[in-house]
Amino acid sequence: MGLQSFIAERKQSKDILVMAHVVCGYPSFEENLQELEIMAEAGVDLVELQFPFSEPSADGPLFVRANEQSLKSGTTVDQCFEFMKLVSARFPFKVLMMGYYNTAFKMGEAAFVKRVKDAGGVGYILPDLPIEESPELHRLSEEAGIEPIILMTPTTSDKRLAKLGAVSRGLVYVVARKGVTGSKTKMGDDVLALVERCRQHTDVPMGVGFGISSKADIDVLRGHADIAIVGTAALKIWEEGGASGLRNFFAELMA
Amino acid sequence: MDIFDFSEGREGYYGEYGGVFLPEILHATIEELLECFRECKADPKFWQEYVSLLQNYSGRPTPITHLENLSRKLGGAQIYVKRDDLNHTGSHKINNVMGQGLLCQRLGKSKVIAETGAGQHGFATATMAAKFGFECKIYMGAVDVARQRPNVFWMENLGAEVIAVEDGQKTLKDAVNECMRDWVTNMADTHYILGTACGPHPFPEMVSWFQSIIGLEAREQMLKQAGRLPDRVYACVGGGSNAMGIFQGFMNDDNVELIGSEGGGHGVGSYMHSSRLAYDDASVGVAQGYKTYFLQNDEGNMNETHSVAAGLDYIGVNPIFAHLHDQGKVRFEAATDIEVKEALKLTMRTEGLIPALESTHAFVTAIKEAPTMGKDQIILINQSGRGDKDIFTIADALDDAKWKSFIGGKADQYRGENN
Ligand SMILES: Cc1ncc(COP(=O)(O)O)c(C=O)c1O
Repeated sequence: MGLQSFIAERKQSKDILVMAHVVCGYPSFEENLQELEIMAEAGVDLVELQFPFSEPSADGPLFVRANEQSLKSGTTVDQCFEFMKLVSARFPFKVLMMGYYNTAFKMGEAAFVKRVKDAGGVGYILPDLPIEESPELHRLSEEAGIEPIILMTPTTSDKRLAKLGAVSRGLVYVVARKGVTGSKTKMGDDVLALVERCRQHTDVPMGVGFGISSKADIDVLRGHADIAIVGTAALKIWEEGGASGLRNFFAELMA
Repeated sequence: MDIFDFSEGREGYYGEYGGVFLPEILHATIEELLECFRECKADPKFWQEYVSLLQNYSGRPTPITHLENLSRKLGGAQIYVKRDDLNHTGSHKINNVMGQGLLCQRLGKSKVIAETGAGQHGFATATMAAKFGFECKIYMGAVDVARQRPNVFWMENLGAEVIAVEDGQKTLKDAVNECMRDWVTNMADTHYILGTACGPHPFPEMVSWFQSIIGLEAREQMLKQAGRLPDRVYACVGGGSNAMGIFQGFMNDDNVELIGSEGGGHGVGSYMHSSRLAYDDASVGVAQGYKTYFLQNDEGNMNETHSVAAGLDYIGVNPIFAHLHDQGKVRFEAATDIEVKEALKLTMRTEGLIPALESTHAFVTAIKEAPTMGKDQIILINQSGRGDKDIFTIADALDDAKWKSFIGGKADQYRGENN
C-alpha cells in the first residue's frame, strides 16, 4: 500500500496521525528498538529513521549530537538499511528514510531508491535536496513506488508553493517555523494559516513538524493538519526519563 | 573564457560542480541574495565604490615585490610576490568582506554572521561590521579558537561576539554548519558573509568576483614592473578565494600556468591532510550547500582533515577549481606541515617577509619549482596574508625557547593578578 492510501486509511479512525523520529544507532540500535516498541504500542502511525550524517546542518543541538555520537560508535549505512528492514517488518507503522542528500548521492540515486524500497521504506526526507536538483531521483522513486517528501515552509512564496505542490506526493512536510530542529514552536494561527496556504497547492496530506512537544500542540493542529510530526521532544524524554518516561510521553501525547 | 557565463538551466554550475543544495526554508533568502548580487555585478558604480573603499580603508592596490635575494639563492626563476598581506587586518579576506558589506547595505540587513578558520575572515568581518555598524557574530571551531587566540582577541575587541563551536571536529567545516543553522533562523535581518569561494551559488561566483581585484591589479603590475606576464602563478588553496582572486587576472593568458597549493598536512597516505585535489583521497559529494570534491568516506561522511594552517584545514574545495582541475586549467600540488615551516624560515631570513602559514603553502611549491626553471623565467606568488597571527603556532614549530619563557612569565604574572 502506498503512503497516501495508508494515511487515508488510518485517518478513517483518527482525526490526526503522529509521525515520530529516531536517529539510527543513537543511543544504540537496541535502544532505538525499545523506543520504537513504545511508539508502536502508543499507536504511532509513521516513523522517520534518520541516517546519521557528519554535517547535519539543518539539525539542532540534540540531533547534532545524536548524529555525531552514532557515527562515532560506528554506525554504517548498511546497518541503517538492515535496521529499516527489521523495523518495517516488525511494526505496524510505516517507515521513512530521513537524512542528508550526500548519503543518497554517494551510493547512487538508483541504488538509494532500491535500498529504501527493499528495506520496506515508503519514502524519504532529504531536507538539503531542493526540487531543482531532484527530477531524476523523483522519477526513479515514482517507478519504484516510494515517495520523496517535499518540505513547505513559512518563507516559501505562493509561486514557489505552486511549484512544490505540483511535484509533491505521499505527504507534504510543513515546517512550522524558521530554524533548525529542536527548539519549541508556538503552535497557533500562524501555523494553521501556513497549512491552509500549503493546501491551496496540493491535495496530498499535510504533516506539520518542528517544535511539537505536547498534546496541546497536537490539539491545535487537529482538524487542520493530517499528521503531527514529533522529533526532538521524544529523544529528549528518552534521554531524561528512559522507557517509562517515553511511554508516559506518548500516552499523554496521543490521548 | 568566462567561467561565470552559465549555460541555460546550469546557473551556478561549473561542469558538474557547484549548485545550490540548501533546505527549502533558505530558498527565498538565496534568491534575494542572487538578485542583489546580479544588480551589483551589473552596476559599474558598485565596483567603483568597492575599489575606492578598499583604496581608502585597506591600502589597495597592494604592491608587488621582487624577491631578489630568494631568486638568487634558488638560482632559477625570478620570484615576485603579490602583497595582499599588506591589507588592513592582514589578509585578502578583507576584499570579500568589504564587498559583501556593501552588498549587505543594499540588502538592508542589520546583522552579519561569518564562519572563520584561521580567524582572518572573522577578524575582517568584525572590522567591517564595526565600520558599517552591523551587529556581528563569528562562529569558530573550538580547536581554532584555541590555536588562533590573537585573532579572537581582536574580533571581540572590535565588538563581535565569537562563538566557539564544539560540534564535529571543531574546525572550519563545523563553523560553516553553525552559520547555516543561524541563517535558517535569522535570515530576515541577517546576511551570511561566507569567507571563501565555496558554499551554494552565488557564493563561489560572488566571492571570486570580489577577490578578482587581486588578479586585476597583479596582471597590470607585472606588465609594468617585470615587463611581462609571469610564467607561473602560485596561490594557496583553502576554500580557494585568494587563489581564484589572483588566477582570474591570468585566466585568459594561455602561457601563464596556474598552480594551487593545498594543505599537505602530514603528507600523502597520512589521512591527516587537507588536499582535495593534489592527493587522491577526495571524491565528489554534496555538503554545506554545494557539490564538489570532499575528503569523505565511501558512505559520504566527512573525514578528519588537518593542516598546520587553520585556514586551509577544510573538507571541500571551491566548485570552480574542481572543474578547472578536471579541465587541466589549474594544477594542484600540496605542501606538508614540515615543508611549510622550512619555507617560512627561509622566506623570513632571506627577504624579511613573514607570510601567513596558509600563504606559505604557495611559497613551498614555488620554492620547489623555481630552481627547475630558467633565470629568464618569472613566477608570481600570492602572499594572501601575513604571519603575525600565527606567532604562537610558529613559535611552537620553531621550538623557540625565549618565546616560551616569555609566555611562561606572562602566565605567572596573570596568575599572580588573579590571586
Ligand atoms: C591568509 C590566508 N590565506 C589563505 C586562506 C585560505 O582561504 P582561501 O583559500 O579562501 O583563500 C586563509 C583562510 O583563512 C587565510 O587566512
